[in-house]
Amino acid sequence: MSAGTGAVFQMHGNRFRHNFLTALLLAPATAWLVVFLVLPFIAIAVFSVGERAPEGGYQAAFTLAQYANLPARATAFWNTMVLAPVGALACLLVAYPVAYYLALQAPQRWRLILLALVVIPFWTSLLMRTYAWMYILGGRGIPALLAFAGIEDVRLINTPGAVLLGIVYGYLPLMILPIYVSLERLDRRLLEASADLGATPLSTFLGVTLKLSLPGVMTGFSLVMILLLGEYLIPTLLGGGKVFFIGNALVDLFLQSRNWPFGSAIAITLVLVSVVVLIAANRISTRVSGARRVDLI
Amino acid sequence: MRAFVIAVFAFLYLPIVLVVLFSFNAGHHASEFTGFSVQWYGKALSNPFLVEALKNSLFIATTSALLAAVFGTAAALGLARVGIRTRAVFDGLLGAAIVVPGVVIGISTLVALVQLFAVVNPFLASVWPGDQPPRLSLGYGSIIAAHGLFSMALVTMIVGTRLGSLDRNLVEASSDLYATPLTTFRSIVLPQIMPAAIAGFLLAFTFSFDDFIVAFFVAGAQTTLPIYVFASIRRGVTPEINAIATIVLVASVLLVVLAQWQLRQRKPSN
Repeated sequence: MSAGTGAVFQMHGNRFRHNFLTALLLAPATAWLVVFLVLPFIAIAVFSVGERAPEGGYQAAFTLAQYANLPARATAFWNTMVLAPVGALACLLVAYPVAYYLALQAPQRWRLILLALVVIPFWTSLLMRTYAWMYILGGRGIPALLAFAGIEDVRLINTPGAVLLGIVYGYLPLMILPIYVSLERLDRRLLEASADLGATPLSTFLGVTLKLSLPGVMTGFSLVMILLLGEYLIPTLLGGGKVFFIGNALVDLFLQSRNWPFGSAIAITLVLVSVVVLIAANRISTRVSGARRVDLI
Repeated sequence: MRAFVIAVFAFLYLPIVLVVLFSFNAGHHASEFTGFSVQWYGKALSNPFLVEALKNSLFIATTSALLAAVFGTAAALGLARVGIRTRAVFDGLLGAAIVVPGVVIGISTLVALVQLFAVVNPFLASVWPGDQPPRLSLGYGSIIAAHGLFSMALVTMIVGTRLGSLDRNLVEASSDLYATPLTTFRSIVLPQIMPAAIAGFLLAFTFSFDDFIVAFFVAGAQTTLPIYVFASIRRGVTPEINAIATIVLVASVLLVVLAQWQLRQRKPSN
């Protein structure tokens, strides 16, 4: 927002009235952010250094025992830390050509329609969309078709591959949008200049297009990666209890085995990893293209 | 390139089409299409648990989106009036509300509310004059609050972006013509940010209506539609679920298209 918008509301009235109205406008949002974001975060930070009460609640303490215990959930961490970056990368490889086509090659009158077709799945229920794949990969879906063709006993669902497919499917729109935004802002004269100066299409792509769209790539990659770190539905429905993510460990610790301090330590670790991912992505795009990340909205 | 793009769009939409197609399946088996029928829609809508879950979801989505639209728009207007440092703090918190994974939002809200109730409920019991003091517990309120967090941040960002591109000349012209600040706000600013606020409301509604993971943690004894669907999927795949999924998909698509259309409305004629 520019400073100019501020002036919109500052033309009349004295300073006291101005400040009072500002406070009034911001009060509900502030209260909401403090009560339902800041305080809860402090609460799990406090829990994470506490102890589990005998009957499964929380007992005040100051210990790092919960963090030392993190290797107890090593499988969940391992699965997440492998499938989240691999999934984000797979998403990126599929998303980039689509974003490129939409931004630079699609006919003008198709562009908005195609863009809407990308946005719509983004806002439709991930649960329903993942359910669709349970259907397709399940016993009576593709395996039944393959059996028809003589290839028996193919198992697709409840495998890491199914989870990866679900990830790409679920998060593709979120990856396409920021890359599209950064490619669309690209100054096309740069591409012409590069070609005029004798660069091959490949070196123009690597040196100009890819480099300048890197902020969008990094935004998409970090957003998808962070959401994947906390993913629960896709591994549960398509991994069938065989591919556990950190999200599954958290649901278990909070809703079933009720070990809240340990669960809090895992959640805090998850947030810290997310912050590291965001900072790293920002660093990379700043260093390579000199621009900051692209805002999604 | 074009073939690849077409393939990706097919990949995005084919599964959805299959779900919709099989919701009209006459047979009981979820995977063999035996004829056209709308019986599963009838079965779904006469299932009392499902209807209850649907009503809960509609109530929660409407309330949280309405609160988010009003408070988020107010916050965006407020943020246009503050200094850079205050803005940065707010932008950081709003960004966190959007980016932090739902599973963490759900957990932290659960932990904080349970601790809060453990303090407030005995206090209410001790000061309440009657026999049955009110007891706070997880349910509608906690889901609305947790959904409202994300939604409010979303509305603030969308409306904030629109405010940033507001035509300043109109505002200056209005004050030059001796309009009071309130009149200027009502006749110039409000009409221009209204489409963004409405789009924010629609997207917030869609988010809340579709959310599973946050509600899963803070719902207490309540059931929302996604929680009900999740539980029934784990029991087994039936065309009844396809029928619900189709209803939800169609509703979401309509809302998103409506929201996009609102966002593209540049200057409403007056």
